[in-house]
Amino acid sequence: MRFIEPHIHMVSRTTDDYQAMALAGIRTVSEPAFWAGFDRGSAQGFRDYFNQLTMTERARAALYGVKHHCWICLNPKEAEDLTLAREVLAIIPEFLDRPSVLGIGEIGLNKNSRNELTVLEEHLALAEQRGELVLVHTPHLEDKLKGTRLIIDAIRNFKGITPDRVLIDHAEEHTAGVIRDAGFWLGLTLYPTSKCSPARAIDLLETHGTDRVWLNSAADWGISDPLATVKASEEMRRRGHPEALIEKVFFDNPRAFLSQSPKFSV
Amino acid sequence: MVQSTCPQLATDILDRSFLENRARLLEVAAFLDRIDRSREPEAGRADFRYRACQDALQLLASASGERAKALQLLLSDHSPEPRVSAKGLKGAAGAWKERR
Repeated sequence: MRFIEPHIHMVSRTTDDYQAMALAGIRTVSEPAFWAGFDRGSAQGFRDYFNQLTMTERARAALYGVKHHCWICLNPKEAEDLTLAREVLAIIPEFLDRPSVLGIGEIGLNKNSRNELTVLEEHLALAEQRGELVLVHTPHLEDKLKGTRLIIDAIRNFKGITPDRVLIDHAEEHTAGVIRDAGFWLGLTLYPTSKCSPARAIDLLETHGTDRVWLNSAADWGISDPLATVKASEEMRRRGHPEALIEKVFFDNPRAFLSQSPKFSV
Repeated sequence: MVQSTCPQLATDILDRSFLENRARLLEVAAFLDRIDRSREPEAGRADFRYRACQDALQLLASASGERAKALQLLLSDHSPEPRVSAKGLKGAAGAWKERR
């Protein structure tokens, strides 16, 4: 079976993971810019990271038969320092025209602060101005519901950004309906302890339907699993869902959203 | 009445997942026992996370349908306004400290 892994942080993973993913049928990935586990001290640090995403990682993936795409932004965990955030926002347009960059992401909120919201709005203004796709990170655990609501309100203020070009990721039981009702694409993340298990993610598909939704691993430098989507597809199969529906969720749907960027291909 | 959206038989779900969830229930019980046996158990029982855990158990015993959503809502921050600053904050606790 073919899979697209639409949200994974391969810069944090080993080459063994590329081999295992390709063997399992994951031959297309998209990698949002994210937090490295520490706050970078300068815009130059981000420039190096954006070069890694758009050049180094793309070449490394190709060695193992995996097509690599990425998203560029300053993530919300580093948005509290507005001066640095604006220096980084100033260099982002240089990278958005690169051939593997699909849009702006993963932007959003982390602790739902005023400065995070300001930086989110400045990213959204850039996305609106350039007509970019948007990939949104929602906060963790107790902050997720409030953050999801604040994010949706912020996006609605940008009339040039239509909900069909925005995917709001890391949804769970209490936010999936909120995102769906607002008309956005929905992302479910298979991540131990802090997000969905494969079983809960498939429960959400059974509850909310399989249109305009993708599943991803968001595998990164934490305890996480780059084959999580493959395992979730097995959960669907064990429950008796038809093969065509499984392919829709793990291949057709991410392809449909990502293909809104002419730079995406499988 | 909860709508039927899962293609499996209820008994098949029990056959496949009862033991796994029995083990999870025992982990919760042992976790609460461990706090009882710890040094300064009263401090643990006064902690917002312990109280959230107790409320969650009551919710699971009483709710029917959408238990997972209800649990998520119980553990969520429901304040409407953005936080003044996130300086020094990165992670999340898993329950809302200001919950009454």
